[in-house]
Amino acid sequence: MVPSSLDDSTFEQVLDQLVDVPRDARILVDARNTTWGSPYGLTALLTLAQTRLEKPQFLPPEKDDTSSYWNRANFFRYAEELYEIKGRVPPRGPERDSRTLLEITPVERSDDVHTVVEKIQPKTASILTNNLHLESRATMGFAMALSEACQNIVEHAGCGGWVAVQNYNYRRRMGRHVVQIAVCDAGVGIRQSLESGNRRPLTDRWDDGVALETAVIQGTSRFPDPGRGQGFKGIRGYLRKWKGKLAVRSGTARVADVPPWDDDIVRRDHMAPMQGTQLLIMIPEEVDR
Amino acid sequence: MTMAPHTIDVCAVLRSAVNQNYGNLLTRDTGMAVRHQIERELMSNREGGITALDFSSIGLMDYSCADEVVAKLLVLLQNDDIARGGYVLFRGIGEDHLELVESVLKHHGLALVCLCEDGNPRLIGRVSEAERRAWEMVRARGSAAPADLADEFGFGEDFVAEVLDGLSRRRLVRRGSGEFFALDAADVVQ
Repeated sequence: MVPSSLDDSTFEQVLDQLVDVPRDARILVDARNTTWGSPYGLTALLTLAQTRLEKPQFLPPEKDDTSSYWNRANFFRYAEELYEIKGRVPPRGPERDSRTLLEITPVERSDDVHTVVEKIQPKTASILTNNLHLESRATMGFAMALSEACQNIVEHAGCGGWVAVQNYNYRRRMGRHVVQIAVCDAGVGIRQSLESGNRRPLTDRWDDGVALETAVIQGTSRFPDPGRGQGFKGIRGYLRKWKGKLAVRSGTARVADVPPWDDDIVRRDHMAPMQGTQLLIMIPEEVDR
Repeated sequence: MTMAPHTIDVCAVLRSAVNQNYGNLLTRDTGMAVRHQIERELMSNREGGITALDFSSIGLMDYSCADEVVAKLLVLLQNDDIARGGYVLFRGIGEDHLELVESVLKHHGLALVCLCEDGNPRLIGRVSEAERRAWEMVRARGSAAPADLADEFGFGEDFVAEVLDGLSRRRLVRRGSGEFFALDAADVVQ
């Protein structure tokens, strides 16, 4: 059962229901009562299907406007390949949603990163300055953060993933506009990526949480090259400047750079397992200008 | 001691290296391809020449690409693997890119000379206070021998010579016979 409001936090409820379900068991993902999905929620649902050995079934949202929005966000375009859809999917119209900066887009190769950034570039400046009231220099860093986040898939996942970007009013926490970037993959995950390059630090404790801190906070990559691993440092620096949030989930753990407007937990361990790496970036509207 | 310059348009290199109409320096793969092409062009230059790397047509840039195109290139230059005793002056790095480039340079303990929009060269990256001071003094004069700077510097000639030597090894000033030259705008504007 998918919660009525699907975001990075409530997606955990979906995973919690799968803890004891073997990977080769066929599951039914029931989103009939879901009325809203964030970019993270939608990309994570696609990723979830990729983690299953047996193609799962999917019941789409019953509310027409929700289903229609998910369709415009490209969700069903890819969900139809990954799920057996049980129910009606509205036909995809020509119109785009004005809040969507980037519909769900697959990322597999470096070329895809160029395409994503170039596609989003014309709209980014206006959204960041007009909706979030950020200075124009925020635009360059936004592209950098998006590019580095997507490259995490290209460089480390070992398979393709998904990116989506949306501007919306984040009523639940702050009543302000935010831009959310979600980048999810069902790849090897951060712990295995570091292990593959013999980059596990010398420590008695080694788990997904330590691996996440090693990669995200300390900027260690599986490559010994000292220039590697700086992407997360760049993203974190950018988000600190604009009071943004970064959360990275991999395996059974999650770490976050939590800005003052949020009450998220900096590190969580022993979560329900999820293959790959799921990354969330949120940049809020500036109000103290 | 003005030397004939050679300019490499980084955007043109980008398009040629990846065979796409890109205007943004994004991704490590792209950066690697661009750097390899720049290396080939630098190696074909005559010995000891000055090359301007022109970034003015570049739109966006990310860390991974800057690490490949700027940092790794500088490491090769300092090791004199590619420039055959030559020098590289960066130009067209806009204010938007500067913060990112500076962060990459500091991570590696590197520095470069960048020709700013006002036409003045600027030293960016990681340098000691003495290096920055000596570089500024050479820049203001155009050229200087250690003895010329010792009084103003407030340290002995040997110390100044050591600092200038270090700057020339880092390809931030040009070494001549007995004196050091700034990498100047006059050397690249054509």
